Order: sequence, then C-alpha cells, then structure tokens
Amino acid sequence: MNHTIVIRGLAVAGALSAALLAGGCQDAAKVAPALYTVTYTNATHGQPLAPAAVVLHTPGYTPWQIGAAASDGLELLAEGGDPSGFVNEAAADTAVADAASGAGLTLPGNARTVTVGAPRRPDMRISVAAMLGATNDGFAGLKDALVGDMAAGESRTFPLSVYDAGTEANTETAATVPALMGTGYDAARDDLRDQVTLHAGVVTADDGLATSGLGEGHRWLGPGAMVTVQRDR
Amino acid sequence: MQHHRIATLGLAAALLATAPAAAASLDVTVTNLSHNIYFTPLLVAAHPATSDLFSVGMAASADLQIMAECGDIAALSTTLAGAAADLVANPAAGLLAPGASTTAMLTTASANTRLSVVAMGLPTNDGFVGLDSATIPSAPGTYTFDLNLYDAGTEANDELFSTGCSAGLPGIPADPTMLGGTGGTGVAGADATATVHVHRGTLGDTNATGGASDLDSTVHRWQNPVARVELTVN
Repeated sequence: MNHTIVIRGLAVAGALSAALLAGGCQDAAKVAPALYTVTYTNATHGQPLAPAAVVLHTPGYTPWQIGAAASDGLELLAEGGDPSGFVNEAAADTAVADAASGAGLTLPGNARTVTVGAPRRPDMRISVAAMLGATNDGFAGLKDALVGDMAAGESRTFPLSVYDAGTEANTETAATVPALMGTGYDAARDDLRDQVTLHAGVVTADDGLATSGLGEGHRWLGPGAMVTVQRDR
Repeated sequence: MQHHRIATLGLAAALLATAPAAAASLDVTVTNLSHNIYFTPLLVAAHPATSDLFSVGMAASADLQIMAECGDIAALSTTLAGAAADLVANPAAGLLAPGASTTAMLTTASANTRLSVVAMGLPTNDGFVGLDSATIPSAPGTYTFDLNLYDAGTEANDELFSTGCSAGLPGIPADPTMLGGTGGTGVAGADATATVHVHRGTLGDTNATGGASDLDSTVHRWQNPVARVELTVN
C-alpha cells in the first residue's frame, strides 16, 4: 500500500486542537487521529479493477465533477489504471488529509483494504476511484461520502457508480484497453466531449461491435464496486 | 447546510406528516449525468399530492405522452397551472446537454408539497427522465435524488428518426448528438407494456446506413441514473 500523509493545514489544525485539549486536561486518546479501514470490492462480472485511490478530505477538495474535464491524474487513473498521479494531486490539495492507493488488480468478487487517517472532523469525507481495466476510460467512483460523523467501530457501505472520464473514445479495441494488453494512458483526449459523465457501458463484440476486443462478460449494469468504510478509532 | 441522501427522506416524510405545511423557497438543480443523451426543455413543478405527473405501472396521460414523445411540456404546464402548482418551465432555455446543469428557483404555496421533474431524453422514442412526486422536506438542507430514464409506454421503440412529431407517430423527432444514422428497418414494434416503466435501454447498431436501428450502439446507449436532482430547501 502506498501512503502519502499530508502535513498541511489540517494536520496543523489537528495538532492545535490536540494542544488545546491537552491543556484542558483531556484524555490524549480523544485527540488521536481518526483511522479508517477502507475495503473496496469488485462488484462486476468480468472487469479487473485496477488499484484504487482512496482520499480522505474536507469539502474543499473536488476529485472530479460531472460536466467538467478530468484532471491529468484522473485521466491516468481511468485510462491506464495507475492511481499515482491522482493520489499526488490529492496530496497537494490543502483540503486533503490523507491519500493512499491499493496495490495490484482486484478481480471480480475480490476485495482489498487501504487504511487512511485524519484529524477528527465531523465534515471529513472520503472519495475513491479505480479503473475498470477492460474499458477505455471507465472508473468506479465514490465522491464526497461523509464519514466524519461515524463513531469508532461503526462501518458504512457505499456503491460506486461507473463513470466515464471523457478523456478517451470508447472504441473498445484491444489496442486501447489495458486489460487486453493495449495502450492504457494516452495524453490525447478524443472522447465525444472532454468531461466526466456516468458511463454508458460497453457494447462488446458479442453485441455487434465487431471491432471490440471485449466480450459480453465484460458488461456491467449499475455499480461497479462497493466500498465499506470502518472507523477504527 | 445539512446534506441528506434519499435514504433519509423516509424520516423527513414522517416528520412532515405531523408538521403544518408551509410555503417554501426551493432551489432545484438538475444535472445531466449521461454520456450522450440530451434532455428537452425541463419542467420543474411543486404540486399537490393529487397532481401526479406519472406513476410506474400506470398509463401515461396525454400530457405526459406528448412530453415523452415530442419534448413538448405545454400541456403538462397548463394542467399543472390549473391545479395551482408552482412551476418553472424550461429553466435551461433549451436542451440540457450531457454533463450540463441548470437551476430552477421556486417559491411554493403550502399545498404544493410534492416535487416532480420531467423531460424527454433525446435520442429516444418516448423515453423521459423523471422525478415522480418526491415529498418536499420541511427541514432546510440539500437533498439529492438520482433519476431514471422511463419509457412512457406510448410509442414503439423503433429507434428510427422521423420528420415532425405528434402523439402516437412513431419515430425519434430529433438528434442533437448529430451522430445518428439512417435506413434502419426498426428495432421494435409497439410496446408490449403500454404503461409507464423503467426504460429498457437503447440497442443501436454499428451500421450508419442500415441495420435495425438508426442509433449507434457505441454512442447512444446509456445506463440509469441519467440525471441528478439536488433540492435545496431554504
């Protein structure tokens, strides 16, 4: 697991509140950072799920926006399955408390866990993104899910919609799909519009798109992954 | 500002049942979530519970039919105005493109406790995006609803473009995507289910000058939800 702990405004605020509370003779354990165990599960029939980026943040951070162009980091994540650029962008954002990524592919039915931590704030949110590997630029995404109000020991499960990053045409050819050993990331943006939307799904060769390298087993309907967030402390 | 998901609305509805109805100031933001489906002029209405625009499993009204087949909200607007609804017609001043958002502001009379939003999806035969009589919460906050594309059940999903539009006339009246084809033989006959239902999706094909469909399977398909409504109760 790759971890990028951010020492910025939030961490300083956490340290300050810790100092204030300590001065008030509070139990030191009460101001230790909140820790969250984030488990993501591939909910599809036949899509390999690339490593997920997991970001803990306050409302000022926007991982993506419907109708707006994807960041370069999101493009890299959605086209090539590489979350590093997206995680780095998050880490550079002052509203982000922690950003990490899972390791390796997660096959259908399998799950992977990432741990993130942050100063205790009731408005803390979580965002998660992971490429569906057998697409051009599709990713399962969870945006702005509130977790700061959870009690220690509590867990919550969220479905992840499948988004289209809007950065690559959905040709489905083997040469453009990383799970088929095609080129993943390509800096050119050649989708219908350079903007994030929900994904329309894949057509596949089995449904009449002769040039598609995908088969019917790569299709999905609805959520592409599930995320369970448990607050450990 | 409070932020709620749909799951919390049951509680809000329960609270409303005992709270006195009051006039409200609402902001209703509609976002087109789809990759390549346009929405015709939207109708956003706060109305009495008795003025339902549509219900799954029920036959579409003539007002709903002309909206779903031709994108014409005049008849629905007239009927709702007759029921003293508060409504905003066409807040986007035309089509709402994929990825685009528009906001309608409403001040509602106390009897108008429900919120509905409808617009035709293009290119479809009689598909429409719909929010069906959601109870307007009394507590200030922002409430989010994800909307499905429904099928009015009034027209064959032949997936062929037509010239002109009238109720019952088969065909898709317009192609704002400008990526449609011609010469299709027709995908489907009259709807086997003639009541409002969740749309089964677009088939399309990869033949721009023939095949069964004038739509393109690589650019005209979609999955639900197709729209998001963020209702802010001020």
